[in-house]
Amino acid sequence: MAPTSKQVLQLYKSILSKASKFDNYNFREYFRRKAQHDFKEHKNVADEQQITRLYNEGIDQLALLNRQSAISQMFTFEKLVVEPLKKHH
Amino acid sequence: MMSEIIKRMAVRNLRSLTAALSQPASCLGRRSLATSVPPTSTPTPPSGSTISLKSATRDESKYGTRPIYLDVQATTQTDPRVLDKMLQFYTGLYGNPHSSTHSYGWETEKEVEAARKHVADVIGADPKEIIFTSGATESNNMAIKGVPRFYKNTKKHIITTQTEHKCVLDSARHLQDEGFEVTYLPVSTEGLIDLDELRKAIRKDTALVSVMAVNNEIGVIQPLKEIGQICRENKVFFHTDAAQAYGKIPIDVNEMNIDLMSISSHKIYGPKGIGACYVRRRPRVRLDPIITGGGQERGLRSGTLAPPLVAGFGEAARLMTQELAYDKAYIEKLSNKLKNGLLLIPETQFNGVASDQSKQYPGCVNISFAYIEGESLLMALKDIALSSGSACTSASLEPSYVLHALGADDALAHSSIRFGIGRFTTEAEVDYVIKAINERVEFLRQMSPLWEMVQDGIDLNTIEWSGH
Repeated sequence: MAPTSKQVLQLYKSILSKASKFDNYNFREYFRRKAQHDFKEHKNVADEQQITRLYNEGIDQLALLNRQSAISQMFTFEKLVVEPLKKHH
Repeated sequence: MMSEIIKRMAVRNLRSLTAALSQPASCLGRRSLATSVPPTSTPTPPSGSTISLKSATRDESKYGTRPIYLDVQATTQTDPRVLDKMLQFYTGLYGNPHSSTHSYGWETEKEVEAARKHVADVIGADPKEIIFTSGATESNNMAIKGVPRFYKNTKKHIITTQTEHKCVLDSARHLQDEGFEVTYLPVSTEGLIDLDELRKAIRKDTALVSVMAVNNEIGVIQPLKEIGQICRENKVFFHTDAAQAYGKIPIDVNEMNIDLMSISSHKIYGPKGIGACYVRRRPRVRLDPIITGGGQERGLRSGTLAPPLVAGFGEAARLMTQELAYDKAYIEKLSNKLKNGLLLIPETQFNGVASDQSKQYPGCVNISFAYIEGESLLMALKDIALSSGSACTSASLEPSYVLHALGADDALAHSSIRFGIGRFTTEAEVDYVIKAINERVEFLRQMSPLWEMVQDGIDLNTIEWSGH
């Protein structure tokens, strides 16, 4: 059975959230931009098999982002000149 | 009139001299800094630099200090997806892919062959035609020295171009020492070779033609298909250095009749320290290997493969195919924005093919800013990681030989800067760069006596400079 639109939306939100966890500015922006582009591009896919395939790819991607964003947080570097520094709370 | 100019120049010189004296030698300061400061510390601007990073329009303390990376022709970031693939090989899959007696060897061998297929698929090759090497420099050496050396009894001549990468030119020079003759084809003002000149240059004893696919300094795409056809008609092997082109522009080795191709991994967001050489099997290209030993890689490049690097390279190649359409559109968009933003500055010139978009790789934007020295602009742009040309030649302050080959004079070749846009460049970075360059170019020109004279309507070519 193909995943429901609610599940797909949940996946999209999780991917965006994991992408935002990258400490590296360029990677963070890229994976956010790419996720937005990919989900938009496949918005009108109706074929159930294809939806399942894309969904599974998304799950793999989420796992990858989970691992790689953690690594990105382990090795941090100075912020870029275009990157606003986070305020300390 | 003339004496007035010279007087003004003298005043200028005096002024800049006193300015230089009041600050400890900036150039020396830069050199010593580079050696004494440990790499982990915060990069500091060269001492004595008069140009401040501080911008009047924003509060610098709210932003980071690391420069924007715009030098993707030198090397690229490693894609996290590539690293993810590689980590398995540093944690669990540590077998030697050439060990055929146990499963540790089998599992890595399977992965190595999968990677080989990914690398081959990008250029429409057979996986067996891919030879893994340490990088494009080794591949270039292997091809350019290997083929003529193998056929040295009958062939004594090779053809290459004036705008090739240093390692190609140097390999050609080595062959000259061994008694081969080398023809260096000139290029047009746009950087393209003339196909008729190539036809004329081919002789009966020509062994190899080597023309790079995309130029590393100006991003010009050579007409590979036409060159391949000419070479095939004359039964000459065609080698192309595709380090900057692989995965970025469509290349098909069969359609373009390419016999040998050099590929680099770290230019396509893969790991550094690995590359490949495509060597055609039918019709067979034979070459004298540089590295001999256990006979790995069809005997053309002996030595144990590095499975982490090979797998990372394969994954990077797979991603280049997967992301081709998206990356291409994105890089084109940013490139056009950058180009348009920078060419609005008066007295700037785009180096490369401006007339035909299809002959120019958009990710490489080379622009000359007249009346400014490229190196001083780079010094003023400490917040942007740029290069005035090839990384290999930037150690010397000599102007770029590539731009010279295009017919640019010394001044123009000195004032050029290369901007590299890649997969991970953001729009905010491009906006920042356009703004920063606009500000700094104006700033530097205001200090330049030449610029002042040009503004006064004096043609610089009419001045007879007195030698001191």
